[in-house]
Amino acid sequence: MTPDEIRSKDKGIHAFLEVFEDPKSYGEGSLSGKRIAIKDNILFEGHRAGAASKILEGYVASYDATVVKKLKEAGAIIVGRTNCDEFAMGSSTENSAYGVTKNPHDLERIAGGSSGGSAAAVAAGLCDVALGSDTGGSIRQPAALCGVVGLKPTYGRVSRHGLIALASSFDQIGPFAKTVTEAEAIYDVIKGEDPMDSTTISEETYPKAKEFSKTIGIPKAFVESEGVSAEVKKNFAESVEKFRSLGYTIQEVELPNLKHALPVYYIIMPAEASSNLARFDGVKYGLKKEGKSGIDDYFETRGAGFGPETRRRIILGTYVLSSGYYDEYYGKAVAARALITEELRKLFQKVDLMLTPTTPAPAWKVGEKEGDPLQMYLADIFTVHANISGAPAISLPSGFAGNLPLGIELTADLGREDNLFIAGKEFMGE
Amino acid sequence: MDADKVLKLADLGRIRISREEAEKLSHEFDAILKYVGEVKSVVPAAEGKSPVDFPLRNVMRGDTKGHESGVYSEALLSALPAREGSYVKVKKIL
Repeated sequence: MTPDEIRSKDKGIHAFLEVFEDPKSYGEGSLSGKRIAIKDNILFEGHRAGAASKILEGYVASYDATVVKKLKEAGAIIVGRTNCDEFAMGSSTENSAYGVTKNPHDLERIAGGSSGGSAAAVAAGLCDVALGSDTGGSIRQPAALCGVVGLKPTYGRVSRHGLIALASSFDQIGPFAKTVTEAEAIYDVIKGEDPMDSTTISEETYPKAKEFSKTIGIPKAFVESEGVSAEVKKNFAESVEKFRSLGYTIQEVELPNLKHALPVYYIIMPAEASSNLARFDGVKYGLKKEGKSGIDDYFETRGAGFGPETRRRIILGTYVLSSGYYDEYYGKAVAARALITEELRKLFQKVDLMLTPTTPAPAWKVGEKEGDPLQMYLADIFTVHANISGAPAISLPSGFAGNLPLGIELTADLGREDNLFIAGKEFMGE
Repeated sequence: MDADKVLKLADLGRIRISREEAEKLSHEFDAILKYVGEVKSVVPAAEGKSPVDFPLRNVMRGDTKGHESGVYSEALLSALPAREGSYVKVKKIL
């Protein structure tokens, strides 16, 4: 497909912020000939990158992200940069400063987020595979809503060097693909230790707790949380039966603290974001708005350059970190995070995988949740536990509600992407 | 949470927002903080927990020789919205 063909097919969807004029291969390897799209928060030297924010207007990446370097060496052809929520903050790409990405299955509906452009581009066949970033579900949720496979690897598995940071204790880069096999092929290329990201892990960091034995745990009370739609519940029950018919042992498990994952996430994430986004000040890169004085330049630039959701999260993060509230919110969220992580790690001594729906409902209509940030945050209920605990998780297409795709999510123990791939391929019939 | 407090926080975050936006945010924050505030109930159980298995750990960079001086300067300077030669251009503070 030529750049013009991609642009023409993308017209109603708006998956791409830019389709590159001269896509080419930089090497020969396992991804030779694969056309890949990258999320707008991943740096590709000499190309615009902006995390879909006006504050990075005009910024051209001065180096390659480690993942881009690896893709180039493996022969992949990077075709363009995809739309997302500004600074990856959101669950619908409605927070992009450049307009919403529509769901290829229903153009009146959202593609999910924050990596909605990457999910929609793969779903619509505008590229073979894509990269996104996942801080609280930003790969898995849009993958589910667009009917493709989306993987969030173990925290530290993939280098974030060259990823515009949102919340550094959660962020991971991962692939979107039509099949688990293709997602695994991308994962194999982009993973690995990197001296430029000291949080990257080795194969030895997390020793295996158990051998794979086709056992799946279902946190029943969590899956039946308030707000989960009837069609998601029905599809989930069918997916459980499918795993059973594939020879998996299904166990109901109790994880009493899992329900706290979302509140924990929405304290720690804005706290980290408020600190990470301090670097956008009109001095180092991107937009600069002149004020009356040096410090006034910061106020002008940041007030004009950040969109409403980014402003909301920076201010909220500033609050939970401020004296007097730090102990009440941030300190308690960090303690609860340790508890949730311990609970999940104990679970994976007994079962190989945890199964949940990926989203509580299929894709909603553009604008439907506008003006109600809390409702939007609740869309992440089934995904944030993986970021909180560092665990790898994958979303698999599991059927439809009418014409709208649904997804199920498998979570594995730290370092056990192998279990996700085995079960994912069996579920998908690969 | 009231609008004045939101304006103060925005000030700390170096973001200029209008009073109208602060008003709107104050109501949204009330709802969000009520929701996330439930973590306070979890903490008694979390107290004394050892974060041994927790994946986050500090990694220090080795105290080794860095790169040659100046090799990345032009790439970084070229991204500046305002520069003067090899300097970052900012307003006078004195």
